[in-house]
Amino acid sequence: MTMRAQPGGRASSAPLLGNGTEPTIFEMSVAGRSAYQLRTTHIPAKTLEELVPSAHLNPDVVPLAEVSERDLVAHFTRLSHRQFAVDLGAYPLGSCTMKYNPKFCDSVAADPGLNSVHPGAPAALTQGWLRLMVDLEEKLCEVTGMAAATLQPSAGAAGELTGLLLMRAYHEARGDVRKRVIIPDSAHGTNPASVTLGGYEVTTIPSDERGLVDLDALKKVLGPDVAGIMLTNPNTVGLFEEEITEIAAAVHEVGGLLYYDGANLNAILGVVRPGDMGFDIVHMNLHKTFATPHGGGGPGAGPVAVAARLAEYLPGPKATKLADGTYDWVQPENSIGRVHGWHGNAMVLARALAYIDVHGGDGLTRVAQHAVLNANWLRHRLRHVLPAAYDRPCMHECVLTASAFKQQHSVKALDLAKRLMEKGFHAPTVYFPLIVDEALMFEPTETESLQTLEAMAQALEEIAVEAAETPDLVRNAPTATPVSRVDEARAARQLIPTEDAAQR
Amino acid sequence: MADYLPHTSEEVVDMLDFLGLSTLDDLFAHVPAALRLSQGLDMAPGLSEPDVADIFAEYTSANEATLANLVCFAGAGAYDHEVPAVVKMLGSRSEFVTAYTPYQPEVAQGILQAIFEYQTMISRLSGLPIANASLYDGATALVEAVNMAAGSTGRSKLVISAGVHPHWRETVRTFAQGTGHELVIAPLVNGITDWSAVDASDAAAIVATYPNYLGFLEDLSVPKSLATQNDALFIACGDPVAAGVLKTAGQWGADIYVGEGQPFGTALSFGGPYLGLFACTEAQIRRLPGRLVGETVDTEGRRAFVTTLRAREQDIRREKATSNVCTNQTLMAVTAAIQLSYLGTHGLREVATRCAQGARYAYDQIVALDGVSAVSDQPFFREFAVITSQPADLVLERLVADGFLGGLSANSLAGTKDGSLADPTHTLLISVTEKRTKAEIDSYAAALAKAVK
Repeated sequence: MTMRAQPGGRASSAPLLGNGTEPTIFEMSVAGRSAYQLRTTHIPAKTLEELVPSAHLNPDVVPLAEVSERDLVAHFTRLSHRQFAVDLGAYPLGSCTMKYNPKFCDSVAADPGLNSVHPGAPAALTQGWLRLMVDLEEKLCEVTGMAAATLQPSAGAAGELTGLLLMRAYHEARGDVRKRVIIPDSAHGTNPASVTLGGYEVTTIPSDERGLVDLDALKKVLGPDVAGIMLTNPNTVGLFEEEITEIAAAVHEVGGLLYYDGANLNAILGVVRPGDMGFDIVHMNLHKTFATPHGGGGPGAGPVAVAARLAEYLPGPKATKLADGTYDWVQPENSIGRVHGWHGNAMVLARALAYIDVHGGDGLTRVAQHAVLNANWLRHRLRHVLPAAYDRPCMHECVLTASAFKQQHSVKALDLAKRLMEKGFHAPTVYFPLIVDEALMFEPTETESLQTLEAMAQALEEIAVEAAETPDLVRNAPTATPVSRVDEARAARQLIPTEDAAQR
Repeated sequence: MADYLPHTSEEVVDMLDFLGLSTLDDLFAHVPAALRLSQGLDMAPGLSEPDVADIFAEYTSANEATLANLVCFAGAGAYDHEVPAVVKMLGSRSEFVTAYTPYQPEVAQGILQAIFEYQTMISRLSGLPIANASLYDGATALVEAVNMAAGSTGRSKLVISAGVHPHWRETVRTFAQGTGHELVIAPLVNGITDWSAVDASDAAAIVATYPNYLGFLEDLSVPKSLATQNDALFIACGDPVAAGVLKTAGQWGADIYVGEGQPFGTALSFGGPYLGLFACTEAQIRRLPGRLVGETVDTEGRRAFVTTLRAREQDIRREKATSNVCTNQTLMAVTAAIQLSYLGTHGLREVATRCAQGARYAYDQIVALDGVSAVSDQPFFREFAVITSQPADLVLERLVADGFLGGLSANSLAGTKDGSLADPTHTLLISVTEKRTKAEIDSYAAALAKAVK
């Protein structure tokens, strides 16, 4: 095919100014140096001893760093130069949907009209926030095909556990004691962990040779003690569960509920909806699908949407539009209660709504189409280098296998991933899902250009040649990054979780 | 048509052609046709950024309770502290903002080292040796703490002070529906916890808080001995601004410290994202929820940082994991490390002292008013509760006219059924931070004098 521009878009793997070490902020500290400035208040300056009984006071001074503002800025700016990020380059980390985070959405959240509002202020004074939440809930319900939603959960895992508690409340309201939740062997680790915290036992079912749920195996474990099933669709190998209607019917027939793990929702926006597939409970990862930045590991937001028959159990209080057109907090009739200290990660919610409004219904559909296009293009482009674990069309991500490299050159998936970082791209997800040997899971996302995808493919082709000709180069990669491979075993064996432990 | 997609229409055709397909719809041919949306989503078409900014201006203008409009005396877990420009700017660096979880340490030393520094700061402020890389917020951090205690003791009874923030207690109650934990609430008498009223035998945890949500300081040696006598873990929740100035959780003998880290550089943000602080003893480390960063070396012997003790976590232990936490609040933790380094040893102490000075000055003005009386004569730190002759919600409404978010009504947090207060509908919680001036407090007291009539 014609490439309409040079392949390109590689980040430098080395930090901006070489690969020297950075001292910790405590190592930079000089007693008596300071950066802080405080407002002049004219309040009588009583001492702590005058204000608080001595029995409550710490006799010692707790040491923090003592640095100038200039050193503070230099330190954290240098740390930022030792960090890969979406804003630097492609981040094809499978299952994580590391798409470009529009700056506009951040600017919306930075508005003091949203971010300087106290969460306990009366509803009459926060009508804008309540309306924003109601509008977002409505749009998330349309995207998922559900009836109502809670915005409280802070992340996907929090959404999962919330969903399982909703499942429990639904069954218990019917006097129905159920014990098990079914999970495919390809599921994210948060699923089984959440099931345990939800008070259920996990029943794992195998995937079939297509990488999909084995319907017969599922039917064998279904019974009246099954509370429900948790599925990701497309699943964690990036494939659409084509028999989802049959799966839903089988689970519903025994009185179970279907939980949709929204980790891969980006693949189906505006194309097909969980509600239409038969799901009863859906969580979304706004920090994946709706492009809110991941913040180096958080914050996220994990709203949970449900079918109408589960709405009465949703966490509360919920922002609600009243008959007179005003907004107030309303507790659902049989609410499971709060799952967050306040109303959820509100600033993340605002960013997601801005993203949805910019795209609209048509734009969200294009997002899914282009995400799936990019993943399939990359899968096909790499077919002679890294074959797909399942040779069929994928959705928004593709799972490739490096098992031939391991057999022929003793070069593992991890080695390939590490070498890719040296060539200016973030690594794909490795060794997940667990059911694929030497798995490399690429999720290019819809925001990477063809030129970037081609450059990434060329980098992987170069690595394939290196694996055959100079395998140690790949096995020892990366060396041009701020640090080379780290001794993870030593970190666990000689645990140093703080500066104070380091000095003991 | 506004979006962030790079492909030209010619490129889309080329790419489809490369795949042997003719339309974008063909990519979804394996999705059963009966399930597919034939008309797309029932949602307005996309708008340009300036158009969406106009929509958002309607939201922001409908929020009367902004700091620009109202001087804030509300607290109860969310505080109006100064966030200096340098902290905002460093915390907004896109390398921190747009990174993922540091799974590949070679290209994530920035986040990893910042978290290591954060863990050190929280460990010192809590007086406990282990602090994790953050949890969602204070309420959900407490849920993880009680789960840790239940796992450690093999028991399910939780004895919790009614002085713990009502929302936190409610959140613990919600998650107890799955874990089967039994909650026993120790009531408040004269503003502080009456531990003598509860049976703590077979308890997994004793949960106390300092200061409590009414602002009062409690003697934590009482719940500590209760925990010791009953072989339970002692969980101390605490205001992190007061943490280094007041006795630390570790000095009180706590096994676990839990706090809400919003005061360390995060705006009020309508309640989130905030920052769940979590620290514990070494004895509990194998049950630690969430991520932990440790120091190690790279193959060249250079200092390096990496997430460690990973075998606790959900992606490896699955249904046997100690917690399901994956995504946390890393950006808020990094911001907290920046804010605490900006303040330094003396700055944090100064902020805490000024909060206490302001609260005492406000208290002295306010309890002298007709129609206002103290809930208790117990010592307090940076916030306090008063009884108002008029309902607190009405008082707050009147204060808005004078330009004040005058606090929070206890009723709005705990509801009337909470039982820990004699009269929640007439109880007003007032908080003072280092931002409040004498002039603001004087005007507030004058407005309150009118509002309670």
